[in-house]
Amino acid sequence: MVSGVQMQYYKVCKRKLWLFSKGIAMEDEHERVIEGKILHERAYPRLEDREILVDDAFKLDALDGEYIREVKLSSKMSEADRFQMLYYLYELKKRGVQKKGLISYTKERKTEEIELTEKDEVAIEKAIKEIYAIVHSASPPKLKKLPYCTKCAYYEFCFALEGDD
Amino acid sequence: MLRDHYIFSNGRLKRKDNTLYFFDEEENKKSLPVHQTDNLYVFGEIDLNSSLLNLLSQHDVHLHVFNYYGFYAGTFCPRNKKVSGFTVVQQSAHYLDLEKRLYMAKAFLQSAVHHMLRNIRRYKEKTEQYVQVIEEEAKKMDSATTVQELMGIEGRIRQHYYQSFNAILKQDFIFEKRTKQPPQDPLNALISFGNSLCYTAVLSEIYKTQLDPTISFLHEPSTKRFSLCLDLAEIFKPLIVDVVIISCINNRIITQKHFDFLDGMVLLNEEGKKRFIKEWDEKLSTTVQHRKLKRKVSYRYFIRLECYKLIKHFIGDEPYKPLKAWW
Repeated sequence: MVSGVQMQYYKVCKRKLWLFSKGIAMEDEHERVIEGKILHERAYPRLEDREILVDDAFKLDALDGEYIREVKLSSKMSEADRFQMLYYLYELKKRGVQKKGLISYTKERKTEEIELTEKDEVAIEKAIKEIYAIVHSASPPKLKKLPYCTKCAYYEFCFALEGDD
Repeated sequence: MLRDHYIFSNGRLKRKDNTLYFFDEEENKKSLPVHQTDNLYVFGEIDLNSSLLNLLSQHDVHLHVFNYYGFYAGTFCPRNKKVSGFTVVQQSAHYLDLEKRLYMAKAFLQSAVHHMLRNIRRYKEKTEQYVQVIEEEAKKMDSATTVQELMGIEGRIRQHYYQSFNAILKQDFIFEKRTKQPPQDPLNALISFGNSLCYTAVLSEIYKTQLDPTISFLHEPSTKRFSLCLDLAEIFKPLIVDVVIISCINNRIITQKHFDFLDGMVLLNEEGKKRFIKEWDEKLSTTVQHRKLKRKVSYRYFIRLECYKLIKHFIGDEPYKPLKAWW
C-alpha cells in the first residue's frame, strides 16, 4: 500500500521516493522537516478527528465535515501536495467515502480546495503503478539536479561525491 | 548546532525535569544543553540512572565511556531509528563477495595512504626517504588478492610512516615501534588516545545513517568491536588524529609533563587529555569548501559524507571513491 508521503515524493523526486521507501530516511535532522512536524502537531486544535490512520496505511491530518485537511509549510510543491490529497480522496472513495480536500498554506494565508475528478482518478491509478515499479527496482533512479535539490533533506546524501583529482 | 561535551571530573550526571545536570564531587551544579548535544564523553567516574538514559535517548545523545586509563569502554546508544533492512543486506553482500570486499578494503587503504603521504610531504626535505618507501610499498596494494595480504602491506606502510615522525617532531618524542594496550611511550600514548577518539567520532556518525557498524571489509567483522568504525577510521586517523598529534607536539601544547608513567605503561594525564581534546574538537569543527556540495563542510561532517558514499555504493547508486583530501 502506497502512503501519502510516497505519493508526494513521487511528484517531487523519484529518487527521493526510492530512497525513502528503502528506509534510507534523511528527514529527522532536517530543520524544515522538524518545522513541518511541529506545524502538523499544532494544526487544528479545535478539531477532534485528527491523525486518522486508515487501514494501517496512510494517515489523514484531520477530518472536518465534508473535508479532509492538510497543512503545509509552503506552496512551493503545491502540485505534489495536490497529488497527495487526491490520493487520499481516491482511497477514501474506494472505501465508499466521498470527501473533498483542503490544503492550508498557513504562513501564506492561502487555502486550496481539492476535488477528485475522473481524470484525477486515472492519474492517481497510473501514479500508484509507477510508484510500485520505482520502489521495486534494484537501485535508485540516477541523480538528476533539480532546482530545489539544495533545499532537500537528501541533498548531502545525493551530492556526497568525490571530484576529479 | 550539535556539540560534543567532555566530562573529566567525578560526580553525578542527572536528569532534572527535562534538563541535564552535572554535579561534581563538591556538589557544584552545571547544566548541559541536551538539545544541542550530540555526544557525551565521560572520562571521570560518574553515577547515573535510567531516567537520565531515557532523556539521552529522547534527544539521540550518545554517551561514550572511557576507563581510568582513557581507553574506550563502551557507548550507550539510543534505540536505533534508522533501519533499512535493504541497505544492511546489500552491505553484507559486499562483504560476502571477495572481489567486492577487496574493492572496499583497497579503497580505505588508498585513502589512508594518500592522507599519510599528505602529512609527511609537508616536511619534504626531512621525510623524502620515507615517502619513497611508502610509495613503493603502496604500489603492491593493487595486486593484492587477499585481505590478509593488504593488512600486511598496511602494517609495513604504517611502520615507515610512524618512523618518519622522528624526523618531523620538534620535541623529544621518539617512535620506536607501535605499542598498544598499554602504550609504552608518550607518542604511542597520544596515538592510542587520538585513535580512540576517532573511533567514537566515526561510530557516532555511522549511527546517524543506515549502515550496520558490525559489517566491515578491511577489518574482519568481529564480535568485540564495531569493525566498520575501524575501516572508516583508517581514512580519518591520518587526516585528523595524526595532524593534531604533530601540531600538539610541535607547538609544545603537549610536552613530556602531560604524561603519567606507571610501570612500563605511559598515559596522557588529565591536563594532557584536555589539551588534546581541545585541539581535536577544533580540528573536527574546522570547515573546508566541498567541491561537489558547494558548501562548507566540517571535518566531522566529512565522516558522515563518507558513510553516505558507502550506502550509495552498497545500493548500486554510485561506485565508492574514498575521500582524498584535495585542499
